[in-house]
Amino acid sequence: MKLLKFILAGIVFGIVMTKSEAISWFRIQEMFRFQSFHMYGIIITAIVIGAIAVQLIKRFKIRDINGNPIIFNPKDMSIPRYLIGGTIFGLGWAMTGACPGPMFVNFGYGYGMMLLIILGALFGTFMYGVLRTKLPH
Amino acid sequence: MIDAILAPWPWYTSGAVIAGIMILLLFFGKSFGFSANLRTMCSMAGVGNKVSFFKFDWKKQTWNLLFLVGAVIGGFIANNYLSDGSTVAISENTIRDLNAIGISAPTEVQPTEIFSWEFAKTPKGILFLVLGGFLVGFGARYAGGCTSGHAISGISDLQIPSIIAVVGFFIGGLLMTFVFLPILL
Repeated sequence: MKLLKFILAGIVFGIVMTKSEAISWFRIQEMFRFQSFHMYGIIITAIVIGAIAVQLIKRFKIRDINGNPIIFNPKDMSIPRYLIGGTIFGLGWAMTGACPGPMFVNFGYGYGMMLLIILGALFGTFMYGVLRTKLPH
Repeated sequence: MIDAILAPWPWYTSGAVIAGIMILLLFFGKSFGFSANLRTMCSMAGVGNKVSFFKFDWKKQTWNLLFLVGAVIGGFIANNYLSDGSTVAISENTIRDLNAIGISAPTEVQPTEIFSWEFAKTPKGILFLVLGGFLVGFGARYAGGCTSGHAISGISDLQIPSIIAVVGFFIGGLLMTFVFLPILL
């Protein structure tokens, strides 16, 4: 159960990403063309519920199942890092219609050619590691 | 009830379930961020000896890799056991605009012009898919997170860096959609 719960959480994630159609290239195109509320509705609902939960956890100092405090690590402030990195990510997201999670959900769904996208993503991650010290952060 | 599960889920159900997963992972003592798995997989491949960015105790990320395995299984289950075969009901405007760049209306989850072996076997297809993935992988690590880490977890915690990252996601997404995709496809 110690590790099984993560597989189960992943299964629910795979199912919800598929059933919400968030794994579809069509839905991502519709979002970037501002032609439907669907994707925005998903993201905004998740953020609103998530933000309320985070505030409650902080206010009441709620602990995790192991009894440890739930900690939120603030990300280091930077503009170029998030703006440039985010823009590169967005280019790929609109091109493939898949962010990292949906790549794998799509593969499980039966789209074998997703492996090409996954391979590209692994190579991209590797190249970031190689070039990291030369990039503005 | 069964019909509602088999049909595509409305945005509010989906958003609530995604938030539920994020909250559940917090209670498990973890933080929701899918693209960290790509870094872990590079580390597992042994590149940590050459590139220090991948030199870390990847075994601590085992839980996230299991989450990834679950995500693959979830996609399989949703397609084979939880589907009523409905196509993606995107708006008429999107169908018309995509037609103009050579993508026909949905008959399945993904456009067959991109996600079929006929395309994926051609040099152009391989380049398109690998390059697209490359941008996602490179950008996610450069920005320190993807949709789950920044747009969901980060903004839920009202983090400014995550808001900047999401602005970036949209700059890139709009550039691809309106400038590059019409040329690439």
